Amino acid sequence: MNRFFDIPSDLQHDWFGLIGLHLREALLPVLGGLLLALPLAQLCVRLRWLYPPVLWVTTVLYAIPSLAFFVVLIDYTGQTELTVMIPLTIYSLVVLVPAIVDGVRSVPQETLAAATAMGFGPVRRYLQVQLPIAVPAIIAGLRVATVSSISLVSVGMLIGNQGALGNLLHDAQIYNRPELAWNSVITSAALAVLADALLVVVRILLTPWMPSAARGGKSRTAGVRPDPAVPALEDAAR
Amino acid sequence: MNVINFVNAFFGDSAHWHGYDGIPTRVWEHVQYSLEALALAAAIGLPIGLTTGHYGRGGNVLSLVATAGRALPTFGLLVVTTIVLGFGMLPVMIPLVVLAVPPILVTTYEAVRSVDPSPVDAARGMGMGEAGILLRVELPVALPLIFGGLRSAAIQIVSTATIAAYVSLGGLGRYIVDGLYQHDYEKVVGGATLVAGMALATLAVFWAAAKVTVSPGVRRSN
Repeated sequence: MNRFFDIPSDLQHDWFGLIGLHLREALLPVLGGLLLALPLAQLCVRLRWLYPPVLWVTTVLYAIPSLAFFVVLIDYTGQTELTVMIPLTIYSLVVLVPAIVDGVRSVPQETLAAATAMGFGPVRRYLQVQLPIAVPAIIAGLRVATVSSISLVSVGMLIGNQGALGNLLHDAQIYNRPELAWNSVITSAALAVLADALLVVVRILLTPWMPSAARGGKSRTAGVRPDPAVPALEDAAR
Repeated sequence: MNVINFVNAFFGDSAHWHGYDGIPTRVWEHVQYSLEALALAAAIGLPIGLTTGHYGRGGNVLSLVATAGRALPTFGLLVVTTIVLGFGMLPVMIPLVVLAVPPILVTTYEAVRSVDPSPVDAARGMGMGEAGILLRVELPVALPLIFGGLRSAAIQIVSTATIAAYVSLGGLGRYIVDGLYQHDYEKVVGGATLVAGMALATLAVFWAAAKVTVSPGVRRSN
């Protein structure tokens, strides 16, 4: 156990370096996914006919295993970090678009009408009314995207040690040091849980208007459909 | 389009269609592992999800399970179980099942819990027992969402079974992992194509299964 943090030198990073690398490879794609998803989702809200085909394409893209994505990209971007980050960006996009569309659509018609009556233009109405109300749904999507992105980076190990903490898994086998594999799993799971908790805090800070017991004592109410994002978001659990 | 050429070369080579490393063998292995894991995960997740959803209890515990399941790095878990238990079927099945249970469990719970209570009350008023209500009223209504959960679990299993080739499992991941080590890019891309095809086939199967089993009345109300 005392060699738990003793990282073999072939990885060219110490433990903290690997964590930094891991977070960068996992979080940049989520950020990129969010930046792409916001305009795309807005487009889907505006043009209703566009949403079903977009949803279809994203479901199909999400089904493609990460390893298959990685290896096909090798031909274009080589065995680099970018090869890992492009598929992760696509996966994030796929989770975030439905989350944002459902969130923005869930804004009640009366609220929109009130905003219009107060003289809000479409841009201001989007930024100051629709987006803030959609925050819980967007954060729910971000949580899933972030956590699964952190866990998927490790697979990058298979394409020439591009998996940050995942690279420890390979070293654990070639140097016969099981504690490195444990280190990889525990550290990566801890990062995911921390990131998840952080996003919950962000959600609470951004939505002071939400009742604090929203999650706890939810009772069965008539006609309330489950959050439409649930099945889509559950897809991310891989 | 380099990749297309590789794919053509891979599927055009008749040597890839025979023997223990042939495409039919590997596809069958992959299907077999995936079905076994999915059956095990469903056997665990469905009953628990249905009962907890019916009584509406345990939501907090289940959402913890879901987060934990998502946070565990699939690939890392696979390597750790292999290191601890040695090579074989069991160390691969454990992570596959562990990772497939949370989506099934949570979606089933969520699906049953959110069934419109008025038909449930009507059923109770007509004298149906709890088991009858669960199986004959709540289950059919919740079915589309439950299929959603099973589908995500299946897709997760298919992609993880691919990675499992790294710890010596057969299946389609073999082409990718072996190809990478042998610097045989044709094999790698061929394997990736097969894996992607397998994932799409999984989607199609669930789409068809939902079409067949979901009652037309439920479908219309959605």
